[in-house]
Amino acid sequence: MTKKAFRPDVDAPEYKGAYVPYDIIKEGAIAVLVVLILTAALALVFSSPDEKAITIKTWSNADTVDFAQTAGDELTGTSAVAGYGAPYNNNGTAQHWGFLAPEHWVGVHIPINTTNDFVINPLSDQPAQPRLTAALNEWKSASSATQSAWGAAYAKVEAKLTYSNGQVHLPTTAAGPIPVLLSYETQMARSGALDQALIAQNGFYTTNYTKPLLFISDGTYFAGLASKQHLAGDQWGMMNETGQYPGQAWLWLYTFWYQISPYNTSASGDFLVWGTMMILTALLVLLPFIPGLRSVPRRLKIYRIIWREHYARQA
Amino acid sequence: MSNAQIERQWTSRLRHRVVEKLPPEKLLPDTQPAYVASWIYVFGVTTMAALGIVILTGTILALDGPQWWHSSSLGHFINSMHLWSVEIFFFAMVVHLWGKFSMAAWRGGRSMTWVTGGVTFLASILAGFTGYVSQTNFDSQWISTQAKDGINATGGGAFFNVLNLGQMLMWHIVLLPLAAVVLTGLHVIMVRVKGVVPPFEETTEVSA
Repeated sequence: MTKKAFRPDVDAPEYKGAYVPYDIIKEGAIAVLVVLILTAALALVFSSPDEKAITIKTWSNADTVDFAQTAGDELTGTSAVAGYGAPYNNNGTAQHWGFLAPEHWVGVHIPINTTNDFVINPLSDQPAQPRLTAALNEWKSASSATQSAWGAAYAKVEAKLTYSNGQVHLPTTAAGPIPVLLSYETQMARSGALDQALIAQNGFYTTNYTKPLLFISDGTYFAGLASKQHLAGDQWGMMNETGQYPGQAWLWLYTFWYQISPYNTSASGDFLVWGTMMILTALLVLLPFIPGLRSVPRRLKIYRIIWREHYARQA
Repeated sequence: MSNAQIERQWTSRLRHRVVEKLPPEKLLPDTQPAYVASWIYVFGVTTMAALGIVILTGTILALDGPQWWHSSSLGHFINSMHLWSVEIFFFAMVVHLWGKFSMAAWRGGRSMTWVTGGVTFLASILAGFTGYVSQTNFDSQWISTQAKDGINATGGGAFFNVLNLGQMLMWHIVLLPLAAVVLTGLHVIMVRVKGVVPPFEETTEVSA
């Protein structure tokens, strides 16, 4: 029976050298005390950020036109969420790489119909008002072709939308009930009632803010605020915090991919980034089992600095 | 009951196995090999100490619900401690990881120690992320709406909805801390069972 060859990146030599006193409990206690003091000092000196959450009410009052335009996109099914695809609806193309399309495979699990969920249903729950009721009836009784025609007419003049005296104005008469619906939707938003209506769709008790967050994220106001706080994707936003605070700096590699091609140009960029990170993560976790990679530390020889006293004693 | 019968009990067998693998002098050692003499070794225990402070401050934050820290100066201070202990935790953990990488600390039957450390790192990233989206402020709104696209692209968004505050908060304060603590415990036990990896032999023949 031959003795198995010693593999320096897998096997460890038997240590026959000296042992020194070591108080593991004292070490732990000192570590806790030092970290506690350091943490308290950092908290006292630097505090922590707490930028107030925005609401649909604050958005629609701060940038009424952006809100009304976004609501118009939700109503006509042309917003980002309306055309997102899984898990919200079937209207978008799932991100994929070759035949790998898990987003498509999983399908719709959190159904969102922006027309009904964000506009028609909240308005339908409002106290009856003849003009609103008539506009809702006109929309609901119209064929999808007619609704699409109104939507197309709206899209042509959306950039010229104005808001004054509590009304949305559009320079067209071909958009059917859309201006009236958007006027009431905007009034509802500016009063704060739309925030409540979107949350209350989940029932009395809820901790699920999916709908209002998706609505807010479709507008440009929200992204503008984030950009000012250097939180946008092309600003390495994932590892930033509001203000000058450190954020999730440990996401630097994940964020890095979003800055370069093909990740930042592909329609499936998110999927490519996640795929890349999953492969790299697997390599990291399984490093001890990967020949070649597991030899890197021995070849880098940084260990000589770490164990310099040991090697000095041996010399 | 005879001694032989007692020795055959599951409890007796488990105790013998535990004591054999991890005798008290290994679990709570009073000496260590002389080669364990570098500042790099401090970062493992620093990571654990920071984890303790993270859990302590998080527990205090949990006492009065997820939003009291917005309106209480004490709550804001505890939140600040929570944030900074998390920053220290990740800093120490990353230095610890690269230190162990430089030592090829998986050698000598320690590969699972490395694997549990790596998985703990991943669980911690997820715990940190769910904390960021549970802050109930602008930051959490922005991070959650941005992060949803990546998670949705994997198909995971259907089950792990980052826009659902209740789900994220539960993961943040129950499931992921539990995973991090259990994994850290396993990691530390493995370190104590196997000991700290010895230095490379400089004269060793090279064959990966």
